[in-house]
Amino acid sequence: MIQADLSIILPEIVLAVYAMLALLAAVYTSKDKLGPLLVWSTGGLMVVLAAWIATKASGTHVAFGGMFVDDGFARFAKVAILLSAAAVLVMSQDYMSRRGLLRFEYPLLVALAAVGMMMMVSAGDLMALYMGLELQSLALYVVAALRRDSVKSTEAGLKYFVLGALSSGLLLYGASLVYGFSGTTLFSGIIETAKHGEVTIGLLFGLIFLISGLAFKVSAVPFHMWTPDVYEGSPTPVTAFFATAPKMAAMGLFARVMHDAFGLAVQDWSQVIALLALLSMFLGAVAAIGQRDIKRLMAFSSIAHMGYAMMGLAAGTQFGVQALLVYMAIYVTMNVGTFAFILMMEKDGKPVTDITMLNGYARREPAKALAMLVLLFSLAGVPPMLGFFGKLYVLRAAYDAGLAWLAIAGVIASVIGAFYYLRIVYYMYFGDEGEELDSNNQPILWGFLMASAAVMLLGIINMFGVEGAAAAAAATLVN
Amino acid sequence: MIGLEHYLTVAATLFVIGIFGLFLNRKNVIILLMSIELMLLAVNINLVAFSSFLGDLVGQVFTLFVLTVAAAEAAIGLAILVCFFRNRGTIAVEDINVMKG
Repeated sequence: MIQADLSIILPEIVLAVYAMLALLAAVYTSKDKLGPLLVWSTGGLMVVLAAWIATKASGTHVAFGGMFVDDGFARFAKVAILLSAAAVLVMSQDYMSRRGLLRFEYPLLVALAAVGMMMMVSAGDLMALYMGLELQSLALYVVAALRRDSVKSTEAGLKYFVLGALSSGLLLYGASLVYGFSGTTLFSGIIETAKHGEVTIGLLFGLIFLISGLAFKVSAVPFHMWTPDVYEGSPTPVTAFFATAPKMAAMGLFARVMHDAFGLAVQDWSQVIALLALLSMFLGAVAAIGQRDIKRLMAFSSIAHMGYAMMGLAAGTQFGVQALLVYMAIYVTMNVGTFAFILMMEKDGKPVTDITMLNGYARREPAKALAMLVLLFSLAGVPPMLGFFGKLYVLRAAYDAGLAWLAIAGVIASVIGAFYYLRIVYYMYFGDEGEELDSNNQPILWGFLMASAAVMLLGIINMFGVEGAAAAAAATLVN
Repeated sequence: MIGLEHYLTVAATLFVIGIFGLFLNRKNVIILLMSIELMLLAVNINLVAFSSFLGDLVGQVFTLFVLTVAAAEAAIGLAILVCFFRNRGTIAVEDINVMKG
């Protein structure tokens, strides 16, 4: 019995045991000199695990009496999480080494955060949800403050910690109410109570608190206050990590809780999430207009993108979940490429984040500027790029579910939001000649930038099969 | 007779005091950490009360997990706070303002 359970969570065990053994090995040997090696081995292990999970036997397996669920949905999310975490890790190696930031703890904290994220998307119980979420969050608080001698980085860590702990408190209070009014912490049990008649007022209260806590983690308005500061203050590779894997995991967890535990009470949460989505899209589009710092700008961009992804969730249908997964997969790919570009923005070897520094960039680096143009168009949702099809998916899901007003609002917000993406393009192509950025073509970053841009262009043919995988994944979550 | 409602009321009150402590406090970050702790303990009262009311042990197991994680969380929070103090020389809430906009 226990062996069957353990074999289901084997990928998580492998990653967790690896992280702990590597930590011991690094502490007892050469410490930070092992940093680059650990980055590559952690990234490699994550890719191997992603391949393993992707090819593992299909079907739904439940471990530990329903606390851990391994289904198509969890596998889709885990593959996306592991691949994006590995990509960001590998991208950060050179940047961090040159600045003396590459402590051996960094790749291991990322690995432990990834274990937490895998736990989150597989949670089948409120306790498993909480433990996964905290394992991820505690590791992320530390990596945000990774640059210990910088005021900005430690301040980012502190802000993230205080607001993250507040959100955990809200989530936990909601979990306690849900437990009390349904008598169980298992999602499969909670959904049973909703089956017999109406959702009680106590359960509804718990649900709202749960949604608020989760909205914090996906940085949805009005729970987004931490996002710009944390993105700006953290070292850039850490920001790149925050913008990819944790967002995928938090969205996966959100969909998991809503459909697995409250799937029979869609009308009770769909309107709340629709409102969060609406506010996020508009705030993300409007607040980014005044930003000159590209990391802050990407923070508002990610708030807006989370709004679109939540539109798929608000639909409350199987197609909605499929749209959410497709959107998140595209979002993560775009962000990996965009942050590869941001990591290459340097002047005299120092990182630069001011977008006016990109003036006339296209004349000096036509290839990189073109790739960035493709990515920015894709982020804005301009038709020939893949980002447009992601938006189209969620809009259709919302429209089919009778949320036509939300779909229309989404279109308006995306038009407003296009302004600040296109302004960067304007600076690159038509800006006055100004100070020049260094022309450093680090092969790894260059490769990720070009690959991501190529995916945005070539993906429109068949989306590399993500569409079918997402449909199969959504079918296991919603039925 | 003290019933479930009384426990829930106490927990809700403590939880709200914790939230107000986070938002109204303008003085010291340590008070923020105490407020967070207060919120988590309010949740624990809730869980234990429900557990005893339902005659189901799961709530108390949950409480143990929450206590453990709260301890780890406080440790990490204090560690980050120490780093921040070394750089900034203060832990007043109003001085956490290098980034804004």
